[in-house]
Amino acid sequence: MTRKQRRLILIGSSLGVLAIAVALVLGSLRESIVFFNSPTDIAENKTAPGKRVRLGGLVKTGSVERGDNLQIHFKVTDGNKDIPVNYRGIVPDLFREGQGVIAEGHIEPGGTFVADTVLAKHDENYMPREVVEALKKQGHWQETAAPNPARLRQSAK
Amino acid sequence: MIPELGHYALVLALALALIQSWSPAMGARKGDLALMKLADSTALAQFAFVAVAFAALTYCYVTSDFSVANVYENSHSQMPLIYKFTSVWGNHEGSMLLWVLILALFGALVAWFGVNLPATLKANVLAVQSWVASAFYLFILLTSNPFRRLAELPAEGRDLNPILQDFGLAVHPPMLYLGYVGFSMAFSFAVAALIEGHIDAAWARWVRPWTLLAWICLTLGIAMGSYWAYYELGWGGWWFWDPVENASLMPWLAGTALLHSAVVMEKRNSLKVWTILLAILTFSLSLIGTFLVRSGVLTSVHTFSNDPARGLFILVILMVFIGGSLALFAWRAPRLKQGGLFAPISRESALVFNNLFLATACATVFVGTLYPLLLEALTGDKISVGPPFFNLTFGPLFVPLLVAVPFGPLLAWKRGDLYGVAQRLLVACAVAMLGLATTFAFEGTKAVLAPFGIGLAFFVMAGAITDMVERIDLRSLSIETIGRRAAGLPRSAWGTTVAHFALGVTLLGIVCGTTWSSERIVALKPTQTVSLSGYDLSFDGMVTKEGSNYRETAAHFTVRTGGTVIGVMEPSKRVFPSRDGMSTTEAALLTRGVSQLYLSLGDSNADGSIALRLYYKPFVLLIWLGAVVMALGGALSLSDRRLRIGAPRPAARVMPQPAE
Repeated sequence: MTRKQRRLILIGSSLGVLAIAVALVLGSLRESIVFFNSPTDIAENKTAPGKRVRLGGLVKTGSVERGDNLQIHFKVTDGNKDIPVNYRGIVPDLFREGQGVIAEGHIEPGGTFVADTVLAKHDENYMPREVVEALKKQGHWQETAAPNPARLRQSAK
Repeated sequence: MIPELGHYALVLALALALIQSWSPAMGARKGDLALMKLADSTALAQFAFVAVAFAALTYCYVTSDFSVANVYENSHSQMPLIYKFTSVWGNHEGSMLLWVLILALFGALVAWFGVNLPATLKANVLAVQSWVASAFYLFILLTSNPFRRLAELPAEGRDLNPILQDFGLAVHPPMLYLGYVGFSMAFSFAVAALIEGHIDAAWARWVRPWTLLAWICLTLGIAMGSYWAYYELGWGGWWFWDPVENASLMPWLAGTALLHSAVVMEKRNSLKVWTILLAILTFSLSLIGTFLVRSGVLTSVHTFSNDPARGLFILVILMVFIGGSLALFAWRAPRLKQGGLFAPISRESALVFNNLFLATACATVFVGTLYPLLLEALTGDKISVGPPFFNLTFGPLFVPLLVAVPFGPLLAWKRGDLYGVAQRLLVACAVAMLGLATTFAFEGTKAVLAPFGIGLAFFVMAGAITDMVERIDLRSLSIETIGRRAAGLPRSAWGTTVAHFALGVTLLGIVCGTTWSSERIVALKPTQTVSLSGYDLSFDGMVTKEGSNYRETAAHFTVRTGGTVIGVMEPSKRVFPSRDGMSTTEAALLTRGVSQLYLSLGDSNADGSIALRLYYKPFVLLIWLGAVVMALGGALSLSDRRLRIGAPRPAARVMPQPAE
C-alpha cells in the first residue's frame, strides 16, 4: 500500500466519523432544545401547549400551596404576569417565596404550567441569568434588592 | 499584617513570573546558558511566594480573621476546623489562588526534576508556563484579591455556603485543579516544541508522565465531584450533563486522547503534529472549563453568583492563549517532520481510531455545551440543551470506541493481524454473549438496551485481561510461573490492563444503575413503613440534633429485608442560622455490596407526615469504583521504571552547548 493510499484511508475514515457525528448532533439537537420563557412570554401565548419549555421568574409571595400527595402549587411572576405552576414531588432546599426559580415542563391548554423539574441552586443569592434578564425587561430588577450586596459577590464550586 | 504579607508575596510572584516570561526564552534564542538557568531559580521562588500567599490566606481562615472580606464572607468562627481549611478554596478568590499555587508547583517540579531535559527545551517550557502564570496572577490581583480588608471589623463571619460544608470540598476542587492545571505542562511542552521547531520521541517521553499525572488527578476529581453531587444534592442522580460537569469532562476526553497519541509518538515517532495539537487543545479546554465555571455565562445547577467583569477578564486570557497557541501551531507545525508509516491494521491505527472517536465525542459535548451561548448571541433566544442530546450523540460515538478497546493492546505495532486478534478474543466474546443472554433471559424485552450494555461491559473487562492471562501463563496453574511472569511484565502494560478493565466496570455500573434503579416518592407519618425492591423501611420518628453551626432534624428509619434488621438510615435537613436559615438536605445511604439504598427528606406537611424520596440503586458504586481503579491503572503506569527515570539524552544528537 502506498503512502498516498494510507493517507486516503485515514482521511476518509476521519471524515466518515465526523459526518456521523454531525448527523447525530443535528438530529438530536432539534429534539432536545428547551426554550426559556418568562411569564410574560407565556401569557402572550408565544408557546404552544404541550411543548417542553423552561419557565423562569420569582416565586410569587403568598402563592405557595401544598396539597395532598406531595402536590405543590405556586405562581411564577416577573412582576408583569403570573403563571400558575403545578408540581408533584420534592422541591429543592432553596425553593422559597420571593426567590428566583426555574421550572421545566409544559403548558396545559388551560394556561397552567405543569412542571416535572424544579431546578435547585447552590447559593441563596444566586439568580439564574435568564431570570435576572426577564425581570430587568419588566423593570423589576434592582441591583440593591439583595439582602446584602457584599454577599452577592461570592462563592465557588 | 499577615494578609498584607500574603498580598505582597503574590505581587512578588507576579514580578518573578514576568522575569521568567522573558529571560529563559531570550536565553534559549541566543544560546545564553546563564539566562536560561535563571528560570530554575525563578520557578522555585515563584512557588515559594505563592505558597506564602496561600499559607497567609489559610492562616486568616483558621484564626477566623473577619477583617479580611473573603474570610468574613465565607467562614464562621464555630465552623469545624476541617472546613476552615477547605473554605480557603470554597470561594472564587481562594480557588483562583489554589489554581496558581498548583500552576507554580508544576513549574517548580520541572525546574527541580527536569535535570536531564535539553537546556533550551526546559527554558522554553518554563517561559511558557510563566506566561500562563503571569496572566492568572494579574487576574487575581486586579479582579479578585483574596486579601482585601473590610473598613469595620465584623463580629462574626457569614459562614461558608452550607452545600460546601462537606468533606467533598476537601478533595474535589484540589484534584480537579491538579488535573486542569496539570495539562498546562503538556501545553507548555507543546508550545516550547513549536518555538524550537523540532520534536522527537524523547519529547513524548517527557510529556507523557506529566499528562498521566494530570489525567489521574482529573479522573479522581471528576469521580469525586460526581459522587458528591449524588449524595449532597438529594436527587439521586450522578451525572446531569450540566455545563459545569461538561467543562470537566471535555479536558478529560481530550487528555485521554493525548495519553494514547503520545504512546504512538514515543514508540513509533509518528503522529507528531496531531499530538502537539491535542496538547494545546486539552489545556485550552481546561481554560474554557475555568471560564465556564468562573463567569456564570451558562445557567447550571452548580453555578454560584459571579461577577461578569471577571468573566470578561478570563475570556481575554482564553482568547490570547488559545488563539496565540493555535496561530503558532498553524505557523510552525508544517516545519515538524512527519514520522513513520503504518498499516491500516496496526496498534498505531487502533490508537488513531481511539483518538478519532474521543476527539469527536469531545466535540459533540463542546457543541452541546456552548450552543446555547452561540444561539443567544445570534438570535437572542434563550435555550438549554438537555441530557437527551448528550445521550443521543455521546452514546453512539462511545459504543464503537468501547468495542475497539480490547483489540488495541492485542494488535502488533506497524502491521497487525486482525483475524488473529479476533481469535484471541473469542473467550472474551463468549463471556460477553453469556452476559447478554443472562440479562435477556431475566429481563426479556423490558429494557432493550440493557443486555447489550452488559454484554459490552463484559467484553471490555474480559478483553482487557485477555492479553495478561496469556502473558502470565495463567493456564499453567503454577503459582510460581504466574508470579514470576507477572512481576516480569512492565508496569505500564499492567496499567493499560487495569485501566481498560476499570472502563468496563464503570460501564457496568452505569448500565445497571440506569436500567434497574427504582424510585419512590411518598409522604410518610411516624410508625408507617415504605417498601422498595425487597427492603422495608419503617419510620420511627424525628430526632433533633445540635451541630457546631447548624441545627439538624433527622428522620430515623429502621431497614429490614425479609423481617431481619439490616441497618438504620437517618436522612436529615440542616438549617444554618448564620445563612438566613438556608438549609441543606443530607441524604442517608445504606450500602449493600456495591448497591445502595438512598433516602432523602423533603418538606414536612401540616398533617405530621414528611415527604421522602427513596431510591434503590443496584451496582451504582461500580461507577465510581471503576473510576478509582482507572486512576490506579494510571498510577501503575506512572510508576513504570522507564517513565520514572525518564528519557536518556539522545547520544547521537548532542545539543549545542555554549561554552561558559
